[in-house]
This record gives sequence, C-alpha cells and structure tokens, in this order.
Amino acid sequence: MKKAILSGNEAIARGFWEGGGHFANAYPGTPSTEIVENIMKYPEIRAEWAVNEKTSLEIALGASFAGARSLVAMKHVGLNVAADPFFSASYIGATGGLVIVTADDPGMHSSQNEQDNRWYALHAKMPMFEPTDSHEAKELTKQALTLSEQFDTPWLIRSTTRISHSLTIVELGDREEVEIKGYEPDFQKRNLLPMNARKRHQAVEERTIKLREFAETFWGNRIDEGDPSIGIVATGISYQYGREVFPEATFLKLLMTWPLPEKLIREFAGKVKKIYIIEEGDPYLELHLKAMNLGVEIVGKEKIPMTGELNPTIVKEALLGEKPSYFEIPKIPHRPPALCPGCPHTGVFYTLNRLKANVTGDIGCYTLGALPPLSAMDTCVEMGGSIGNAFGIEIAEAMRGIDPRKKKLVAVIGDSTFYHSGVTPLMDLFHNNGITTVIILDNSITAMTGHQENPGTDIGITGIPKRRVDLEKLVRGVGIEYVYTIDSFDLKGLKELINREIHRQEPSVIIAKRPCVLLPPMKKRKYTYAVANPEKCTSCTLCWKLGCPAISVTKDKKTWINPDLCVGCGLCIDVCPVDAIQLKDPNADNARKAGEEVLGWVKKQDQ
Amino acid sequence: MGKETRSVIIAGVGGQGILLASNLLSEAAMEAGYDVKKSEIHGMSQRGGDVISTVRFGDKVYSPIVGLAGADVILAFEKLEALRNLPYLKKEGTIIVNDYRIDPLPVASGYMEYPENTIEYLKERVKTIVLDAKELALKAGNIRTMNVVLLGVLSKSLDIPEDIWLKVIERRVPPKAIEANKIAFRLGREVAENAEL
Repeated sequence: MKKAILSGNEAIARGFWEGGGHFANAYPGTPSTEIVENIMKYPEIRAEWAVNEKTSLEIALGASFAGARSLVAMKHVGLNVAADPFFSASYIGATGGLVIVTADDPGMHSSQNEQDNRWYALHAKMPMFEPTDSHEAKELTKQALTLSEQFDTPWLIRSTTRISHSLTIVELGDREEVEIKGYEPDFQKRNLLPMNARKRHQAVEERTIKLREFAETFWGNRIDEGDPSIGIVATGISYQYGREVFPEATFLKLLMTWPLPEKLIREFAGKVKKIYIIEEGDPYLELHLKAMNLGVEIVGKEKIPMTGELNPTIVKEALLGEKPSYFEIPKIPHRPPALCPGCPHTGVFYTLNRLKANVTGDIGCYTLGALPPLSAMDTCVEMGGSIGNAFGIEIAEAMRGIDPRKKKLVAVIGDSTFYHSGVTPLMDLFHNNGITTVIILDNSITAMTGHQENPGTDIGITGIPKRRVDLEKLVRGVGIEYVYTIDSFDLKGLKELINREIHRQEPSVIIAKRPCVLLPPMKKRKYTYAVANPEKCTSCTLCWKLGCPAISVTKDKKTWINPDLCVGCGLCIDVCPVDAIQLKDPNADNARKAGEEVLGWVKKQDQ
Repeated sequence: MGKETRSVIIAGVGGQGILLASNLLSEAAMEAGYDVKKSEIHGMSQRGGDVISTVRFGDKVYSPIVGLAGADVILAFEKLEALRNLPYLKKEGTIIVNDYRIDPLPVASGYMEYPENTIEYLKERVKTIVLDAKELALKAGNIRTMNVVLLGVLSKSLDIPEDIWLKVIERRVPPKAIEANKIAFRLGREVAENAEL
C-alpha cells in the first residue's frame, strides 16, 4: 500500500480524485483554501475559483444536475453566504454525487467568528461526516460521493483547522472512473415551486429515516470497548484529544454526526457508568444525547470550554482536574501580522489615518490596516459588509440632522471582496441616494489566502487565459458618476482625491491600484533598499506611522531601515519632511518601479 | 520499537522557512518507521506574525498538537519566539534557540521594548542550546540553509538515524543546494554534539 503524509485538505482533494470526481470549485477561505487548490493538480478534474460561495454551490449543483460528481469547499462563514442554495439543494438532492466541505475555525486563527457548522446539517437535514485525521478525510470524501448518489442528497463534510491543516499518514488508492451521466430535466424534483417543494420536503423526511438506519451500521460509527467506568463520545479532532488523555476508556467514535445512530448510542450508554462528551465549539452532541434520556450521567460543556480550540492539556484539566506544571513567562511584545514592506495598501491607510476619516472595513490582508500604527479601520464585519455599513451610518447621521459629509465616511474593500459581495451594496447605495465614498483596494488578486485569481485577474492560475471583469467599467455600469483610478503609492494625489470626494454630495468610487508585492513576478526581482541618515533624522515619527515592517526605531529614537526586508518602494522617502531617507541605489530596481512594469496598469486618469 | 510519542514545536516568524523545516522533520520521522502527525497554522500568520508548527511521532500518535508543558523539544528560529513558547515546553525539556532577533511591529514602531537577556532567562530555567544559525549557514555557503542548520541541532535530540535525515534533505532540496544543505545539517549536528547540557 502506497503511503503519504498529507494535510486534511490534501486528503480531501485526493479522496475526491479517487472517488471519480469531475468538477470542483470554491471561493478561497482559510482553513479550506488548499482543498480546491490541490484538486487543481489532477488533470482529470475541472477545478476553478468561483466569485463567491453562493455562486460556487449553485454551479456545482448545476453540474450535479447533469450527473457530474462535484465538490465545493468553503470556510465556515462561507456556508452562511451559500446558505440559500444549501437549503434548497437538500430538497433537490443529487444526481451526480455532490460533496459540500465546510472547514470551521475554532480559535479563530483567521476568521471573524467560531460558529459551529454542525448545526447546518441538522438544520438543512443534510447528512454529515466528520473525519478525525487525514486518512479518514480521504476515505469519507470518496465514500460521500457514492452515498450522495445512493441516498439522493448532497453530503456535508465538516472539517476544522486542526483537521485541514494537520498532516497525518494516508494510504493512497487509485481513481475510480465514472461517466458524467448528462443532463435530463426533472421538473418535479428541481423546480422548487411550492407545489413541488411540498413533495420534496416529504422526500427529505423519508430520506432521513433511511439515513438514520444507515448511520447505525456505517463502519465509521463504532464502539471501542475499554474500561467501562468512563465512556467517551468524541468527534473530529476532539476524538484524538480524548484518545490521548483517556487511552483505556470505552469510546464511541462517530464519523457520521447527522443523523446520529440512536440505537448504537443507547448500546454504548448501556456499557458505561458515565459519559464524557468531548467536543470543540457548541454542545452539539451533548444536546442530542441528553435529549435521548440515556439513563447515565453525561458530562459535557459544564467542564469542557465552549470557546477556543481544545488540546489534550485542556481536556485533561477540564475532566480530570490535572493542572499542567509549566514555565510562566513575563509579559512580552506580541507579534501581530502586518502589511508587507512595499504593500500597496499601506499608502491608502496612512492617508486615511492622516485625514482622520471614519472607515468601515472589510475582509482581506488589508484588514491589518486596522492595527496600530495605521489604525485606519473602525469596523470589519463580514465579506462585503463595508459599503452597507457606511451607508447605514450615513442614513442615521442624516436622520439626526447631521450632514454626513462631516463624518468623513469611507468604505474600504479589496478587489476580490468587492467582486464577492460588494457590488450589490454599491447598487443599493447608488439607488437609495447615498453619498458615501468607496475605496476599492485593487491588487488584482486574492492575496490573503495565497494568491488565488479573481474575476479581475488577467490569467487564470491554471495558465489558461480567462476573461477579465473590468472593475472601473463595472462600477460605472452601476451608475456611479465619480469614478477614479489612482496609483496606491501616490500619497499626495490620494490625500487630495479622498479629501475632495468625502466632501462631495454624490457617491464616488476610488480604485487604488497596485500589484500585490508578493505576486511571483514581483517577488523574484532583486530590489534596492532605502537608507535613513541618522544625522538628518529629526525623530518626527512620520515614517514609523507607515507601519512598515522594514522600519524600526533605534535606541536613540532614530529611524533604521532593515535592508533585508526593504524593497525600496519609497513610501518612507515620500513622507519624510527633511529628506533623511534615500534609496541606496536610485538606478537599481525597486518595488515601485516593478509594480508599474509588472502589470502595466498603473496610469494617471483624468479627473 | 515501543517508542513513546515525541513532541517537537518549531517556532519563529513568518518567512523564516519553518514550514519547510517541519516538513523535513515529518518526512524523516515517517521514513524512520514512526507514525507522524504535524500541525501548523496558515493565514494571518504568514504576514510577518509568529508561526508555530508542531510535529509528533511515535508508535501511535493521536493528537497533532500539544498544550502547556507538552513539548519535549522546542526549536526556536528567533529569540523572542523561544520565550513566547516556553510555557509549552515540558519542565525537563530542551530548547534550541537561534541567537537571532527580529523586531515585532510594536517594538519596531517604538511602542514596546524588545526584552533584554532572553537567552540568559532561558538558560537559568531549562536545558538550552544556543547557536548563531546565520553564521553557520554562511559557513555552509548559503544563507538560506539556516533552517537546515537548526534541524541539524535538533536531530541530535531525536531518535532518527542520520542517513535518513540526509536522504530526506537530498530529496526535498533543489539539486544545486544539496551540498550546502548537507554541510549545514552537519554543522548544526556538531553544535548539539558539543553542547554542555
């Protein structure tokens, strides 16, 4: 048997390939991104980036209508975006096997909440698998494809950060070739007019009865006999923590967590004196088990933390009261992530900070503009939220008799986030007579999740040329009259333009353009660096306020620029009032020049 | 084999090559016949934030991560990150620390001070091996071998044969850099051999 060490995400991709998958798509989002990224490596499968999660699921559902085995993957909050087709898909079922992967983020390593998406399975009555390691992630994905067809239902696979981003050993299998059946209309099944939908709801309830029976004998749900004084019920990564802490206990391992195997759970409860339920997030299993009246003591969230990630030490302390003996350390500086040296967003946030604007923000690398010293973003709610939030503030201020222009309202959104869900609120703002200024930070790529293409990217990451949605034409198409494209590094121009537009009695959109400094063609060049002259530096702090990781303060409060990190973008040179900073070699390549050459689209626009 | 699970935390700053190092360690452990699990955090941490990768190997590994006082060895690519992760080290564990400083943003922009005497602080409390990995990487002929120098030091604390390490390095490193990386590994291993613990 061939073995490999794979991450949960790589394993899901492999399972989809082995299971004869045909089509996959996703909107990138940590910790789910690498699933479709890895599926793209298999030539038998068509895989691509979708504009958002809702669109992604709608396309995959269409592919399933035509009999293609399909997969969509998204982070937990992505399923909120896709919730509308998700619920309908449960009624419609699956012609070609349809797998929906949700990767939750307990601990919020890279998310705005730690919602527990197991409730979605219960809520939409869609069967759900939860792997506990990469090998199971692969096997369950593969099996979900055929089960999806067998039971005529999309199948949810729920992962978490520690499943998706942990590497464990996987036994590899071969690909099963399956033909795409082809599209045949089925009006009663797929057109959810109320008259059809009523029958479909009936079908869903009948399907659930069959799924319950299946769950009772499914290989992934089993009792591992051990010490009968403690019975552990655990799923996902928590199963591994339970095993680590209670190696001798009796275990009920559940890989299928909706619908639950009630008979098996009762059998298990009859074997043990006390049940510990170890689960991250919400008391999902706990509520189910407690409702079953099992006649045995159940310990769950009264001991296991409701917030954050678990680990073996936390489980041990919670259930056994064993406190770890560890080295305590003094308070030390934290190391927050920061916008990169040469990042095109820096200049925009620096300007917004100087203008003391009220900024509603959005989701991407640029959310880091909220952190000191830039501190130029008040809100960050969800994908696409910035524009609607700003418009709402404008409405409330106007209603209490304040000229909203005095509030200096600006909504800041990245290009990918704008395509994802910023266009609809912009239409609302325009139609309902709003005047808020919108800045689109256009670096031509989805940067935060590691450079996935978006509709504004010129060439697909597969190397296949794709059509490009022109951002400026799109915004003008909405009806916005005042649209400007400006170089993100043009600090003087930005300041004048933003200041003018926030005082205009009309909505306007400013597109601040520059390529991401980490794009491969930017990254492979060798740049000169800036040097600060300590004789001339007056410690005025202006360049420190850029928040550039290459700039630091020496013991005698002078600017020092780290030549290993600096890419010579020159923003600090522009903000220095006493000309204390210069490029080491003014004729050598630098990130400012490179940005202009690489994409060739930074041009001055008539205003 | 009957080997208990060993837990290693590799810690540092985004961009220091931590994920490559933990990949090499996982692969070497797998090649040596162990069950292996490795966990790491992607996302925000890639933008110059702190990065942690945990590798655990043994006869049968359950959890891919450890909690407080859970690691046998911490391999720190940067001094402040060594200190930050000290609570995760078992009291009888070993910390290997690269004598290298990268100022985090609150220090760089003048809001906070970088702690002095980090290495002395560690030495007073725990088995500590200190080295200048940058200097040794330059000696090996390629500054980018810093992470392999550090793996060389780590290798001495783990029950994985040296030839397996070298095989994995050969497989994973670009052909042009193989020789420098092998020298780097050897230089790191010598540091551990000469360390007084």
